[in-house]
Amino acid sequence: MSVETETMPRRVSGSSMLNNPTVRSIVIQVSLIVLLVGFTWWIVDNTARNLAAANIASGFGFLWSRAGFDIAITPIPYTSNETYGQALIIGVINTLIISAAGIALATILGFVVGIGRLSGNFLIRMLSTVYVEIFRNIPPLLVILFWYFGVLSVLSGPRGLEENAFGVYLTNRGLQIPAIIFGALAWASLAAFVVGIVAAIVIARRNKKHQLATGERKPLLWTALALIVGLPILVFLVTGLPAVLEFPTANRFNLAGGVQIRPEFIALWLALSIYTGAFIAEIVRAGIMSVSKGQNEAASALGLRRGQALRLVVVPQAFRVIIPPLTSQYLNLTKNSSLGLAVGYPELVAVGSTVLNQSGQSIEVVCIWMAVYLTISLSVSVFMNWFNAKMALVER
Amino acid sequence: MNSKLLTALLGMTIAGLAGGAASAQTLDTVKERGQLRCGVNTGLPGFASQNDQGAWQGLDVDYCKAVAAAIFGDASKVQYSPLSAVQRFPALQNSEIDMLARNTTWTMDRDTTLGLAFAGVNYYDGQGFMVKKDLGVNSALELSGATVCVQSGTTTELNLADYFRTNKMDYNPVVIEAQSDVNSAYDSGRCDVLTTDASGLAASRLEMASPENHVILPEIISKEPLGPAVRQGDDQWFNIVKWTHYALLDAEELGVTQENVEEMKSSDNPEIRRLLGEDKDFGASIGLSKDWAVNIIKAVGNYGEIFERNIGVNTPLEIQRGQNALWTKGGLQYGMPIR
Repeated sequence: MSVETETMPRRVSGSSMLNNPTVRSIVIQVSLIVLLVGFTWWIVDNTARNLAAANIASGFGFLWSRAGFDIAITPIPYTSNETYGQALIIGVINTLIISAAGIALATILGFVVGIGRLSGNFLIRMLSTVYVEIFRNIPPLLVILFWYFGVLSVLSGPRGLEENAFGVYLTNRGLQIPAIIFGALAWASLAAFVVGIVAAIVIARRNKKHQLATGERKPLLWTALALIVGLPILVFLVTGLPAVLEFPTANRFNLAGGVQIRPEFIALWLALSIYTGAFIAEIVRAGIMSVSKGQNEAASALGLRRGQALRLVVVPQAFRVIIPPLTSQYLNLTKNSSLGLAVGYPELVAVGSTVLNQSGQSIEVVCIWMAVYLTISLSVSVFMNWFNAKMALVER
Repeated sequence: MNSKLLTALLGMTIAGLAGGAASAQTLDTVKERGQLRCGVNTGLPGFASQNDQGAWQGLDVDYCKAVAAAIFGDASKVQYSPLSAVQRFPALQNSEIDMLARNTTWTMDRDTTLGLAFAGVNYYDGQGFMVKKDLGVNSALELSGATVCVQSGTTTELNLADYFRTNKMDYNPVVIEAQSDVNSAYDSGRCDVLTTDASGLAASRLEMASPENHVILPEIISKEPLGPAVRQGDDQWFNIVKWTHYALLDAEELGVTQENVEEMKSSDNPEIRRLLGEDKDFGASIGLSKDWAVNIIKAVGNYGEIFERNIGVNTPLEIQRGQNALWTKGGLQYGMPIR
């Protein structure tokens, strides 16, 4: 011991500091950061100076000047008197809406088709295979244009339509459905809905506890349905139907009133979902196939029915394989939503390119695009990583 | 189209890095390259479009040819870059093109904050509306509640918003990036109204399945002076494009045509002799040869000839000279004197 403590410091002081791994790694990291910061500063400074030399305005001040253009789909109030910044916020919200809607439908499609590809039924299996092989191999832009110009644009126009009792119209202006206008007492039904959900969760927890304690399973489905659906309807009837339906009516040019879902949204939504759904189907298939046959057999041996075996044994294990690539597909869908530009769905890139051209601030707008997509993608990643950790097999 | 835009923007950033060296001496660069790079519309009949042999033609295209002829004495030495509305300014700013002749409206904002310099107005235009005849609409003021197709990133888009707001009318905008997609959306019935510059409407109507079923409304809601633009910071190059435009106008005013330009050289008229470089070498002052204007007129004719050949009353567009007649005939086109 004493020999070692004496010789160690001597060796360090005698040789170069660079041989000390801690010092060396700190030196390398610090110099890398300095280089990176310096390089970034050099780029920014150089670009700013050259823009000034070419008489091109720069800076983010334009975000506060009047936009002057209208946007077709505005989830929050917007007029052409608002600023470029507000226009871009509308773009971000529209991107989030189309991504969320696309992810939901693509996931449903993907799971149905993925399980369908493993079905014992020849017809279902072949249909699923054909779907996957076709849509996986077509660029998403073509699928969008197909729906927009090939399907929705050739529908008949809104003029001279025969009225129907449901007030639902599918025209080349989109899908028009009646709007529900709630009266003053409608909040009671909403409150009943929330109460119903909370009560259903409480009962579900108690049932689970009961099952763990005694092994007896209590039926939940009908109780939950009665609480979540039945209770609000009951309250709605008791309070005297505080809502009216607003039906679309034809004016000189369009159908007015009701809720309009524009063909740009429908085309983009269907195309993104169908395209990404094909990839998710393959991921789901791979996930299920990764669970060894023995697991299924063991489940059967325990007396689980086929549906139960799938739900309780196979799918939880398949999820470990499914979730990481599924995350990539969700990110792809979010980024592909920028193709909405081609059909005029006002998402971030479409609105941004209008802002870019009206204001001339290309570099700034591109920076905003990159920052927003990076933020959205990282948020989705963080959520999916958390979900993945939660679904990971707890090994004992 | 999206990736093309991003490439253009990336290119702009890199051009920004490379330094401002590209700004001056455009003429030398063009001469060295042996070709003029000219940004034109992706397809607007009468202004810039490709015929069935793939050759570019149109009023804007003739301006590219005129500048090439002034420099090289050869109108074919042009490389055309078809650009969308969104792509056009970055393409000029990052030196992908030497000049932009793409029915672009001259506005103060573009002239001052984008680093552009407009060299003149080769077509005085204004924004109009086109609707289907069977709607029975006679005035733009009847359009409240209509769905309107418009190209994104244009002054048209801004005028549209202002016009409907100031007249307290509602509308549904359908905003699409490429004019051809805007036209097909209108033609398929996605919109009730198509709006763009009046000349563009006349051109777009030709692309409709049945042009006779569409009517252009009488209201002109804006001033759209369209003209060629160059980058700021190279005065010589700016002068070349500007004086090419004036030479075309002066030639029309003096009666110098593609056909008679050779015999006009021996004219007694001092104005004609100055234009054609017989008395004094004006070409030298802009870095060109003495017969620069002769080359222009030989290649494309004078302004009137360009107009009539591409968009005039004997073409499918059937556009009258109107505001684009010479000042001597009650129009706005006025060529500055060459002396």
